[in-house]
Amino acid sequence: MKLEDKKRVLREMVLARRFEERCYQAYIERKIGGFLHLYPGQEACCYGVMEAARPGHDYVITGYRDHVHAMKCGADPKAVMAELYGKETGVSKGRGGSMHIFDAAHRFMGGYALVGGPFPLAAGIAKAIQLKGGDEISICFLGDAANNQGTFHETLNMAALYKLPVLFVCENNQYGIGTAIDRSTAVLDQFKRVCGYDIQASQCDGQDFDVVYEHAKKAVAHVRNGNGPYFLELMTYRYRGHSMSDSRGYRTREEEELWKQRDPVFILRDRLIDAKALTLDEFSAMEKDVDNYIENEVIKFAEESPEPNVAELEKYVLA
Amino acid sequence: MAEMMYWEGLQRAHDEEMARDPLVICMGEDIGVAGGTYKATKGLYEKYGPLRVMDTPISENSYTGLGIGASFLGVRPIIEIMSVNFAWLAMDQMFNSAAKVRYMSGGQLTAPVVFRSPGGSAHQLGAQHSARMEKVFMGVAGLRVVTPSNPKQAYGLLKSAVRSDDPVFIYEHELMYNMKGEVPDQEYFHPLEGSEIARAGTDVTLFGYNISVHWCLKAAEILATQYHISAEVVDMYSLAPLDRAGIKKSVSKTHRAVIAEEDEAPCGVGSEVMAIINEECFFDLDAAPVRVHSALVPQPYNHKLEMAAIPDHEDVVNAVLKLFGKA
Repeated sequence: MKLEDKKRVLREMVLARRFEERCYQAYIERKIGGFLHLYPGQEACCYGVMEAARPGHDYVITGYRDHVHAMKCGADPKAVMAELYGKETGVSKGRGGSMHIFDAAHRFMGGYALVGGPFPLAAGIAKAIQLKGGDEISICFLGDAANNQGTFHETLNMAALYKLPVLFVCENNQYGIGTAIDRSTAVLDQFKRVCGYDIQASQCDGQDFDVVYEHAKKAVAHVRNGNGPYFLELMTYRYRGHSMSDSRGYRTREEEELWKQRDPVFILRDRLIDAKALTLDEFSAMEKDVDNYIENEVIKFAEESPEPNVAELEKYVLA
Repeated sequence: MAEMMYWEGLQRAHDEEMARDPLVICMGEDIGVAGGTYKATKGLYEKYGPLRVMDTPISENSYTGLGIGASFLGVRPIIEIMSVNFAWLAMDQMFNSAAKVRYMSGGQLTAPVVFRSPGGSAHQLGAQHSARMEKVFMGVAGLRVVTPSNPKQAYGLLKSAVRSDDPVFIYEHELMYNMKGEVPDQEYFHPLEGSEIARAGTDVTLFGYNISVHWCLKAAEILATQYHISAEVVDMYSLAPLDRAGIKKSVSKTHRAVIAEEDEAPCGVGSEVMAIINEECFFDLDAAPVRVHSALVPQPYNHKLEMAAIPDHEDVVNAVLKLFGKA
């Protein structure tokens, strides 16, 4: 990947980070309601995979930690923030909320809030691609804890059986809500659980964009070339709690500090600085520019947008 | 008009819709090579091949979810779940994904998927193969529920369900697949909403759906010939939405109502129809409506116990006689 492209990715990752941090603030201010699951710490997973795929062309589906995946597919950050504010201008017209971001025009097929629920839906999207004969692939981003649902095993079996063009990306952040993976899961390496279904699988560092990108290129090529499903496990960490109602009492501050030393945004930043493609000043300017955009455009749009009309409460229930 | 069996009506609807649109597919356990447990997909595997007639593993929730996911891209899957008892396992995907996706995406995605599943008491199938449960499905926003009482409806409702952009659950009955009846020779689409008068009458309305329509028709005949009571039979082929206007119209005319269902009583079709009568035409009533329903027990295996657990036309007759103070 060219350095210029990496700089673009870095800027997108900074936007993802600052967007989520701004959501945190808006939640404290009670502008955002419901449950809010934030992405900081895991950015290299989404960006590494999607840079290797074709955002807006390939279909993407995920769980409830979905804002960043939607934006990477092409969703307008303004419409995502407006959704969090419950506004009519939101991507899901204020009917979905944080856990149900949808942007069908950019082939972001949604955030779903039943853990493991998207597995079979992703396989179904792949089935539709197979029937229609397109070159798209279906990409399913879920966490490690989803793999303890029956849908994981049932779907892997069918994906292999029907040779479906689906890439399963496991963002292994090592906690299922507040339970550590070694307290919920007998086999810690998630990619090993897939071999029982004869599906190609690999595991790599999920904090380093370059590493994720290289692994994802192979995974995407495997699926796009008609070889059936692929399972890619990315080792990562979420810096905030599971959701906003989580005070992280189940893990140590030392552990958190260790993972903060491996911040995906800084890893990419420092690599670009080492390659003389970026200076610290440029990076600071980039952050400032992103913050201005978020404040002056994204938040402004969400604040000023109208709420849904209560008379349209039952709109969208049936076709 | 040709006489056809219920399963043949279903098979014809599958075949016509699959021939018309390459994105109509069917899937389920044993539906392909084995030809379908109830023959509803007989011959389709040979005609359309394994990509469009999918034999699935016994993984109800996930193959249902797979069909729903495909439907987001315009595929129209007809998903057979071998028994409604197994559909419990697929409720997560039916309710959380298919029924809600249109709403929670603000109308961007829709799930044009058809679920077909038989329930009901057949021949000593025991507790885990005899349940109904249409009452569970009919209370879910975003899901249509229809239930054919004859071959014409089986054919026409499936045709309409495939064309619908909403998810539709078709509740069938284990005992009805070999029932014969007239089906139009020409292509026919049965409305997904409403109800129909299966027999006109003036003194009491008997509400039935699926198999209980036949109890009601038999009861109406007995009431006419032996008791000179003119019963109107309303076939509620749509359970979600229920035909509020049709219920009101008939009860406003007859002033008495009996609701017959094979399901257990609590939170059921009978409860719901009674609530609608209350809301729509309470002051037209000459007597309190009566429900005919199963006993609240898991279906027993023993044949005598099984028969005692489920109602039939005699229970409907007795309910009517009670309404008229003759029992």
